[in-house]
Amino acid sequence: MVEQVEYVVDANRRKLFDWRELWNYKELFYFFTWRDIKIKYKQTALGFLWAILQPLLMMLIFTFFFGRALNIPSQGLPYPVFVFSGLLLWNTFSSGLTNSANSMVNNAQIIKKIYFPRLIIPVSSILVALFDFLMTFILFVPLLFFYQQPVAWEAILCWPIALLICLVATLGPGCLLAALNVKYRDFRYVIPFLVQILFFLTPVIYPVTLISHPVLQYLLILSPMYAGVELFRYPLSGAELNLTFMLISLSSGIILLVIGLIYFKRTEYFFADLA
Amino acid sequence: MKPILEVRDLAKKYRIKHLSGGYLSLRERIRSVFTFGRDKVEDFWALNGLSFDVMPGESIGIIGRNGAGKSTLLKILSKITPPTRGRMVARGRIASLLEVGTGFHPELSGRENIYFNGSLLGMKRREIQEKFDEIIDFSGVEKFLDTSLKHYSSGMQLRLAFSVAAFLEPEILIIDEVLAVGDTEFQKKCLGKMEDVSKSGRTILFVSHNMAAVVNLCKRAILLNQGTIVKEGAATDTIRHYQSLFYSGTISRFESSSNRDEDAYFKIIEVAVTGEQPSIKLDVKCVIASTRYHKEAFLAFDISNSIGVAIMQAIPVMEPFIPYSTYPQQVEVEIDLPPLIPDSYKVSVWIGSHNTETICWLKEAVGFEINTSPTQGRSFPHSHHNGFLVPPSRIVHGKAVH
Repeated sequence: MVEQVEYVVDANRRKLFDWRELWNYKELFYFFTWRDIKIKYKQTALGFLWAILQPLLMMLIFTFFFGRALNIPSQGLPYPVFVFSGLLLWNTFSSGLTNSANSMVNNAQIIKKIYFPRLIIPVSSILVALFDFLMTFILFVPLLFFYQQPVAWEAILCWPIALLICLVATLGPGCLLAALNVKYRDFRYVIPFLVQILFFLTPVIYPVTLISHPVLQYLLILSPMYAGVELFRYPLSGAELNLTFMLISLSSGIILLVIGLIYFKRTEYFFADLA
Repeated sequence: MKPILEVRDLAKKYRIKHLSGGYLSLRERIRSVFTFGRDKVEDFWALNGLSFDVMPGESIGIIGRNGAGKSTLLKILSKITPPTRGRMVARGRIASLLEVGTGFHPELSGRENIYFNGSLLGMKRREIQEKFDEIIDFSGVEKFLDTSLKHYSSGMQLRLAFSVAAFLEPEILIIDEVLAVGDTEFQKKCLGKMEDVSKSGRTILFVSHNMAAVVNLCKRAILLNQGTIVKEGAATDTIRHYQSLFYSGTISRFESSSNRDEDAYFKIIEVAVTGEQPSIKLDVKCVIASTRYHKEAFLAFDISNSIGVAIMQAIPVMEPFIPYSTYPQQVEVEIDLPPLIPDSYKVSVWIGSHNTETICWLKEAVGFEINTSPTQGRSFPHSHHNGFLVPPSRIVHGKAVH
């Protein structure tokens, strides 16, 4: 019954990734996510409804300004459907990125007193954003019915993959910023700007075809979120996907993931001393 | 039998940078590039070459003054911070309690906090579910289980926190001074629970300033000073060594800087315990300096125990007798102490011209330790529960009454 566990802490030898340990701590992923969701909606009269209301209000604002007033094209989709499908993933990315980037600093008190694989903290804060995605998705379905928007069968494949791309795109920069934020608190102030810039560089409120400037176009497809948003809209609009663009965006996401994870793991040991 | 914990040549170096802020900022980082790292950097070895073994089922006390490296050692053993040099092997699950109630969130209910905190401490969800009723029983907060933690009194929060920790079942339990808080009744309960834990064959590493608790709980103790082991052996021997090292002759000394705001201040305070239990004395030597004119003043000494409870106050003279002077003045005081139970006591010193006119009040400036029982031949330990004074008592007459 008693499992024989042996811990070795050695100043000269360190493992970069200990997957077995992460697996042993799997319940803590759940508890951190659960705690953050609970806290987020505690003492709010509307509770979880906020998860739905926020993107709904954003959709209405964007529809009014960009759809009606500025008449921005929307790949043949009703503008609300167009912007909401973009916001679904974008909100997951932006709140996941902001949460995870601040997560280590916000949990400094815990980090200084208890050991557990630190990766749990940024990952859980992204899982909180995933929860909000699921809540918002519940609203997305009636919206499709309301506008009588046909959905191609590819959605069964495209949507989960798009979501996965979005999570990968969040995790890499999220971990990187979380680690940097522990070391240099300057990043706390950089993050909101970064998110704002990325918002305009992601085709959420406008279609890619609107951008003709070549530099801007490359910046656009370098964003790891580009592939996610485009793939998510594909079953709705049927607009052709540019494979090269998709691959560049995807690789950008994966490279950022590797950099983020490695940097996080390499600095993780000293979080308690720095925090 | 293999030791459950092996520590070899453990060392930890901290870089003390003389920066303006507590943490690095990018600006400072960039500046240091241009100044070619000419920032004042000081290496500080919090631990330097520690080696020891702990056998399964052993309880070990770790003692030492503040800054001796106790907390750093515990942090390395609990994997919170890595060592700079050396290695540690643990053959069993480690749970560390460097703080009670880590991760407690004021917005969550008592029940939710139990789950989150328990899980942080390494309990599985099923384990928490099984022990839930026991935890609640032990804490005595069942009525408020679904109330937000922010509505709890601090005592209730503490009780809840300790209750979760008390039901951990690791092979190795690391505890840092967590018993120094809370009411005496609950403290006694916790100590009792910890004794049960150690009797059930688990290994405990216990850091405390409360020597009585160390003796109660641990057979063996390690004395740290400036990051190295000074003495290792039977708890009573180690504690005696500790006292003799730091509290011989001059038990405790306080020196203050000259630029203070008060009209007069304590430049030096030294206290020493003399004599043997039950008749002990506290010799106090104060050097008082005046910064500007003040009225004639007198002194008072407050003595409190290790958990901050005031026990007594000594006022040698009620009349003001210290005049204003441009030179520092030395006052020597002798206080007859009542028979005290073993504990560490703190002395607060006060100088004023009237009981409502304080000139300077230094709270817990110096301290002293009592290690021997005032009752001759007493083999069972004293506990706070029965008070701190043991008045001499005798049987005057005893016979059967019909």
